[in-house]
Amino acid sequence: MIPSKFDYVKPASVADAVAALEQGGEDAKILAGGHSLIPVLRLRLAAPTLLVDLGGIAELRGIREDGDRVTIGAMTTYYDVLRDDLVKEHVTLLAQATETVADGQVRHRGTLGGSLAHADPAGDLGAVALALDAELTIAGPGGTRTVPASEFFEGLFTTVIGETEILTQISFPRYTGWGSHYEKFNRTAQAWSMCAVAAAIRVDGGTIAEARVGLTNMGATPIRARGVEQALVGQPATADAVRAAAEHATEGTAAPSDADAASDYREHLAKVLTGRAVMAAAG
Amino acid sequence: MAEVRVTVDGVNYTDDVEPRTLLVHHLRERLGKTGTLVGCDTSNCGACTVHLNGQSVKSCTVLAVQADGAEVTTIEGIARDGQLHPVQEAFNEFHALQCGYCTPGMIMQAIDLLGDNPDPDEREVREGIEGNLCRCTGYQNIVRAVQGAAQKMKPGAPADTETPVGVAGGGE
Repeated sequence: MIPSKFDYVKPASVADAVAALEQGGEDAKILAGGHSLIPVLRLRLAAPTLLVDLGGIAELRGIREDGDRVTIGAMTTYYDVLRDDLVKEHVTLLAQATETVADGQVRHRGTLGGSLAHADPAGDLGAVALALDAELTIAGPGGTRTVPASEFFEGLFTTVIGETEILTQISFPRYTGWGSHYEKFNRTAQAWSMCAVAAAIRVDGGTIAEARVGLTNMGATPIRARGVEQALVGQPATADAVRAAAEHATEGTAAPSDADAASDYREHLAKVLTGRAVMAAAG
Repeated sequence: MAEVRVTVDGVNYTDDVEPRTLLVHHLRERLGKTGTLVGCDTSNCGACTVHLNGQSVKSCTVLAVQADGAEVTTIEGIARDGQLHPVQEAFNEFHALQCGYCTPGMIMQAIDLLGDNPDPDEREVREGIEGNLCRCTGYQNIVRAVQGAAQKMKPGAPADTETPVGVAGGGE
């Protein structure tokens, strides 16, 4: 299977990339790691006339301390995220979820920014960005803007990124000392999440002091399980208390029915996996 | 057309290619590197795995233009002076193949895995090769071969695989 014809440019700066998108018009497409886009091109589900490859822009790669936050360039690969000490220590949940994505070869090429911008509801990093209150910086012809993850996802494969804009970095607060876990449910190696739960918990003296919970593939966008979070806070980190809080996991969800799972099964999964994720996070 | 310069298995190539050309097609059809196979064409099976700047990738999911300036290693480039790579030897020794179609990609991924984790346990091997599908073997001998190769590649391991480890290493 061979993609249909397109032109290709590899700009060396964000400004040049934005200019290329402006010139390319509505049939221009950004190429990040390519591990969502190239499969789609091969199947000819999309036929852009121009690919703007961000692979030549050094400033979009890398992970750095940014005051009290950890900031990750959008073109940083999953592999580099996984090996980074700042991420391991302060944004552990991101590393845990990233480790479950696809396989080793894909993680060498796929990027955090590409995954978030693609906004596949079964993608694993959206729920993490949402649960951890990430901030996303987007560059365009008029300069840059920063949006919270809670305002980033608009719908199925749709975000607030405009046609001539580029996601440049993702910034996370530090969750140093929190417990966390990403509980993913799928049936085979490499498979997408039928449902998954991202949980980060701060336990103080046996009591859950703070909780962050995000859901994967329980709607058109990642979903923040606020009902679960509120029910957890102030509770002891015990199986009974966590199970009761996990009953709130389906609030505000709109689980899809597809060949992998019916929506009521996904709702069942969301509760069970929330319980598992929180218990694992609580240690 | 775009000019693509790549070093493949130590040889430099410069070619004009269409931007839509996949790296695996460039390797096979332009450069004659047919040791790298096309299996599924859907980024699943891993038969097309090569190393791009030292990291394993599915070459059906990389455009040739993205590899411009890069160093590519294929299954054809890992033997040295007629001597098979230890992972190749182990696949032979442990009978880690039946039809052999997955083998080039499996070996390239195994080499990558052992680079990151020189002494993987069984679970780590299985996770490390989860991007490579084999429809014949049931994976048992593949896992054994990767672990066997890890032992051969350990610093201080005897070069001659016929020599018992206990003798060469002076005992436990």
